Amino acid sequence: MATLYEEYTLCGVGPDKNSSSSGILGIELGKDVDHIIVTNSSRAVTVYKVSDQKPTGSWTVKQGQLITCPAVYNTKSQEYVVVTDNKVIRVWKEDDVNMEKAFKATVSSDVLRVIAASDSEPVVLFSCGAVMFLDSLLASPQQTIEGVLTEEEFIRWSTVVGAEHQLVLLFCTEKRGEHYLYAQRFNPNTVVKHRFETEPGPFAPISFSATCRGSNIHLQYLYMSGRIYESVLPLRSSVSEAEGVQALPRSLCLSLPLGEQELTSGAAIVLDEAHVAIVGFPHPSAGAGKDYLCIWNKHFQTLQACKELAGTIYSQIWCYSGKLYIPHGKILSVISFECQKSSLAAAMGKLKQTNQSESKSHTPLSSWTALPHNDSINAAKVKSRMSTRNASNVKSPLTVDQLIDHIKTAVVEDVQSAVGEFIHQTPQTDLQLAAGKVTMVLVSRSQTDDSFYPQRAFLQLLDTRYLCYSVCPELLSLAMAKRDFQLCQIAFQLFPDIPEAVTCAYLKTILSTPDSEMETLTLDTESLIIMKEMSPAQSQMEEGEQQNENGVSSSKQQRDFLSMDMKCPVGLHKGVLLNDVLQTAYSDKPLLQHLKDLTVLQVMVFLQYLHFLYLKYSQDVHKQIRALRIPSISQVIDWASLILDAHFTVLAVAPEAKSLVSDLHKFTRSQVKLYAELGKIEGSLQSLKKPKSTEHTGVYSIEVIELF
Amino acid sequence: MGEFKVHRVRFFEYVPSGIRALAFNQHNERMAAAKMNGSVEIFHCSDRFFQEKIIPGREQAGIEGLTWVGERLFSAGLNGVITEYDLTNQRVKYTIDAYGGPIWAITGNQQGTHLAVGCEDGTVKLFEVTEDKIQFERNLDRQKGRIISLSWHPSGSKIAAGMMDMIQVFNVETGHSKHRILVDRGYGTSRGKECVVWSVVYLSDGTIISGDSVGMVKMWRDDTGTLIKSHNITKSDVLSLSVSQNEDSIVAGTSEGFVVQFQFLSMVLENNEKDWVRTRTFRNHTHDVRAVAEITTAVVSGGMDTQLVVRPLLDKHEVKSSASKLRKIQFPHRSLVSCARKAGTLLFQYPGHLELWRLGESEGEGIPGSSLLLKRKPEKLLHLKVKGEDHIRCSAVSPCGEWIAYSTTSSLRLYKLHCDSNNVSITKISKLPKVLGSASQLCFSSDSTHLFSASTQSSVHMVSLSQPECKFVATFKTKSGSHQAIHLLAASEDGKWLASANIDNEVHIYNLQTRKAHCTVPIYSSAVSAMAIHPTTNCLFMVHADQQIFEFSIEQKEYTDWSRLVQRQGLHRIWLERDTPCLNVTFNQKNPSHVILHDMYMFCIIDQSQPLPDSKSQFLNQLTLRSLPEEQRKSYSHAFKVCKTFKELLCVDVMGDQSLVVVERPLEDITAQLPAPIKQKKFAT
Repeated sequence: MATLYEEYTLCGVGPDKNSSSSGILGIELGKDVDHIIVTNSSRAVTVYKVSDQKPTGSWTVKQGQLITCPAVYNTKSQEYVVVTDNKVIRVWKEDDVNMEKAFKATVSSDVLRVIAASDSEPVVLFSCGAVMFLDSLLASPQQTIEGVLTEEEFIRWSTVVGAEHQLVLLFCTEKRGEHYLYAQRFNPNTVVKHRFETEPGPFAPISFSATCRGSNIHLQYLYMSGRIYESVLPLRSSVSEAEGVQALPRSLCLSLPLGEQELTSGAAIVLDEAHVAIVGFPHPSAGAGKDYLCIWNKHFQTLQACKELAGTIYSQIWCYSGKLYIPHGKILSVISFECQKSSLAAAMGKLKQTNQSESKSHTPLSSWTALPHNDSINAAKVKSRMSTRNASNVKSPLTVDQLIDHIKTAVVEDVQSAVGEFIHQTPQTDLQLAAGKVTMVLVSRSQTDDSFYPQRAFLQLLDTRYLCYSVCPELLSLAMAKRDFQLCQIAFQLFPDIPEAVTCAYLKTILSTPDSEMETLTLDTESLIIMKEMSPAQSQMEEGEQQNENGVSSSKQQRDFLSMDMKCPVGLHKGVLLNDVLQTAYSDKPLLQHLKDLTVLQVMVFLQYLHFLYLKYSQDVHKQIRALRIPSISQVIDWASLILDAHFTVLAVAPEAKSLVSDLHKFTRSQVKLYAELGKIEGSLQSLKKPKSTEHTGVYSIEVIELF
Repeated sequence: MGEFKVHRVRFFEYVPSGIRALAFNQHNERMAAAKMNGSVEIFHCSDRFFQEKIIPGREQAGIEGLTWVGERLFSAGLNGVITEYDLTNQRVKYTIDAYGGPIWAITGNQQGTHLAVGCEDGTVKLFEVTEDKIQFERNLDRQKGRIISLSWHPSGSKIAAGMMDMIQVFNVETGHSKHRILVDRGYGTSRGKECVVWSVVYLSDGTIISGDSVGMVKMWRDDTGTLIKSHNITKSDVLSLSVSQNEDSIVAGTSEGFVVQFQFLSMVLENNEKDWVRTRTFRNHTHDVRAVAEITTAVVSGGMDTQLVVRPLLDKHEVKSSASKLRKIQFPHRSLVSCARKAGTLLFQYPGHLELWRLGESEGEGIPGSSLLLKRKPEKLLHLKVKGEDHIRCSAVSPCGEWIAYSTTSSLRLYKLHCDSNNVSITKISKLPKVLGSASQLCFSSDSTHLFSASTQSSVHMVSLSQPECKFVATFKTKSGSHQAIHLLAASEDGKWLASANIDNEVHIYNLQTRKAHCTVPIYSSAVSAMAIHPTTNCLFMVHADQQIFEFSIEQKEYTDWSRLVQRQGLHRIWLERDTPCLNVTFNQKNPSHVILHDMYMFCIIDQSQPLPDSKSQFLNQLTLRSLPEEQRKSYSHAFKVCKTFKELLCVDVMGDQSLVVVERPLEDITAQLPAPIKQKKFAT
């Protein structure tokens, strides 16, 4: 999982007249991880202390001079280095007030960039492709520089990666639409030239990011087509390096969904092995033209976190020590992030706990399998209706694009029938890809158009089982906004990847909806039956108890002590919905965070319901085993612990919670006692099973044995 | 194969002594263990923990601490003296009084220059380690209250000392206390009780780790004296701590009988910030774990329940082998029982006395698996107390049953036994040749006319037995340079040959008629754990600690064909994986091809005339063979007849009437004699 924290502004940026550039030439790391150097494309270099959001030093060049490369900090000599007017290298210390008075040296050829490398001298990259260490260049600044690049070849991007005392300078060039990668290694100095494979279409790589892992360099680059490729280069050059241009083997790591419009810019940066941060690309479900920062997990191809940024995004992004620096609008924002190690379990949350395997065979069809039946009727109706209206349409099924166009304009009924038609006629393999796309279009129209809400179409799409949360994240929030609990329930039953935030939001919605409103809902029948079974069982028991009361008084006492009788604190339908929430997959830590959003009243109701379930299960354990769609006792206990954790302080002081908490405590204590006793019995029985010690033979005997 | 009459003996009431201290020597891979009775034992960690050396204890010699300085071993105890051991001759080299009252802790620095001892009077005393002795140097600042535990900083410039309620950090240079770290007492009722810092460990990064009587393992910073981390691992005491060589792991022994491992790990993957994390709990003991030591690949622990447990750390083992198995050492790797074959008596060796028993007699015959009626019960003939405070090192009874010899580290004694029908009397042979001194191993010739006594420098003295005087006959010396003490002797039945084995794995054979060294068996890498000379073929049969078997023809001076066959085919996996060494080899007089061996859990008759088991055949096949009809047995049987009917064996031998004697010492009987453990998990009580 990845988390983006609240952003804060570091400084303003002054966009140029043509606002395609942010005005920031570059951001480099300062003397430690809390200091960064922001180089303005105008004339200023400013050092900020990030945690204080304050500048600690600023230097400007004289009028008429121009800074042409981002300033860097040389950790070895603890000096700042910048290049002005392409040829003048300036070096100054933190204490120097005026940059003009500091050291400067004019070199013979145009410098493109000075690149800082940790634990090493900065590297100077000339526009002609030559590379030198700064100290050796400054030793004789006027030395002639030999060009590496050919005519009309320009450097687009450059970086230095290094590990194990091995530095590699990478830079990418463009020459008449062809893109090349140069890898310059030092000691011995070697240059290897690679050619990027061309994408079909007019797409070119627009953003690069290189990291060093183990003994390999991982270079990731983003194409305008939204594809991110990764190429792996060895950190150390092999001895038998072939001459000439080599092809760069690549593998596709991520394919970003593109909006409708053509993209010209965008930036991606690698955060760790699995995560990549991207700006300038549209959010898969938000409409086009919105500016988002997204963190994607390339292992699972999932969107992990996103944040909408105000103002124009300039396709610039930097990342230093857990913080992203993004200029947008008129500010430079700092956004902290955290990427947890991805594992399948972390990505998917806790696995859904299925009950007994035998129960599965019992009910091979899941709850709303009644729907396909309905569907076929619907589809038949649709067919007939459509055939009467437009016979030609029936014969040639709609293509995805046609359907999408149709959705954008048609009225709800037409859309629903068209979707139904589409699902029936599209082959399964195509449907898998199309379902998500269609849903997204449906969702985005519903979001913009209040009167448009094709519930039946959504249900049909859900029924294909090709949807999941990652495919259409907005569907659930839309359904919640429309209070479409039926859809939500099915989605919660089917989606394996609902984020904890959404689960909590849904929980909140359920708890805040009055029961009276709920009772009119049409919900999955099987769950309803289970809930009904639970509640009458309760009333029956109460009757039984009353009968008992006349004869046997002990049972009554027992009952009071454990306070076993409890009415279902929520309505039938609310209970059904809550049951589905309880069975959702989740991870403890993130969920806990979001659970804190619940109000005290909601917490109380929820806890009461959990208490109720717990009591029910403890009373008749055998009954719950039969049902498939019902939370298991461990799920109930897990949730109860979580909610207690999240609201412990509140529950401790809220007067209305007192009786509930003490009841729960009493009951749990009695259960603990019971299980402790069970443990003893188990121990005794186990020791019975142990092989009995051999019969006592006394201290001496004479025996006869036979060996074979 | 046939039937055997077996005397099943359980009246040897041997109780091993608890383990008080452990010291591991990284360089020669030896583990030294100090026992409650004052004896010190040396185990070879890379030779299957074979117990190489036993330095017997004395009465009233409670050892509290044990430490290696280079190849030298020192101990100190509550009698207030520091002892250095002569490991070659397996005896105490010298003792020095520290003049500080009882000593609670002793530890040498890594440089091997100094010893520090912690005394009852509150001083830490430094001793300089000189070439052949130690020399008192000075006291560090005297504290109020006893010094319970000590640990040197690896640099040798600082010492942490555990006391009552506090830890003192000393600067060795100045002798002044740099820091005083107060350790919390327990809560509730234990608030009033002092907290004893039973153990401290000083790491090179300045972390001090303490284990105390409140049940806490605490990590402190030495420069600030602040508590970094604290783990409550037990309700009772944490008695012992040990750190691994590279300081990334610590084990703590508790009085509830479990050992807890802490590891210095980073909490987040690929993050260098490390922390001490409690990782594993080993529950192999029932009583106090008084000593732990982490060696390269295992955790070794010992305590009141007398067993030495070697618990391998499986992450340090790449292949499954004998070293990656849990090993428990309960009994010494020496025979404590000797049999007078012709007289039918057994001699039991206890630390402070000897017992001589006559076996019982049976009546009639019985079917296999049955017990016979006893005609006569076994009878204790003799209870011989040792003179002086030293414990017995070795003992032997002659085959005729008339001579008994034992040796302590200081003297050897020989007795003549007179048995009338009812009366038993002994006379001590007072005039022994001067040369005898003390013996590391004793052995009588098969005709009971001579005694062989293994002496210093791997030499063996031979004396002829007669009353009232014994005559010195000869001394056999090795040509090799080894001075290690001999731990095994074997004389041939015809009185012609004598074999001796020492801890340098040398086996020498002497010709008793010419009284000269005859030859030396090629040296094998593992120690000899048992050997005997075959009565008819005069082949020396040897079993090693790594379970390999060799047969060496003395007359031909070469390995026999059978031995070569064994080496060529290899022994069966199950045989090699056994974890206790063979302790005795004897032969079946009726059938010369039968060799009888035993270890702690089984005895085995090797029929050299039968084919060896190959890797596919069933090794433990007695039950299978029993169920098969006679004619099919042959195709299934192989040379190794393993009998597991008897367990926890101390001795298996053959008597003159061809009956077997097995001496069992069930572990439950030992446990019953131990004090009750602090805590025991009980159900349904």
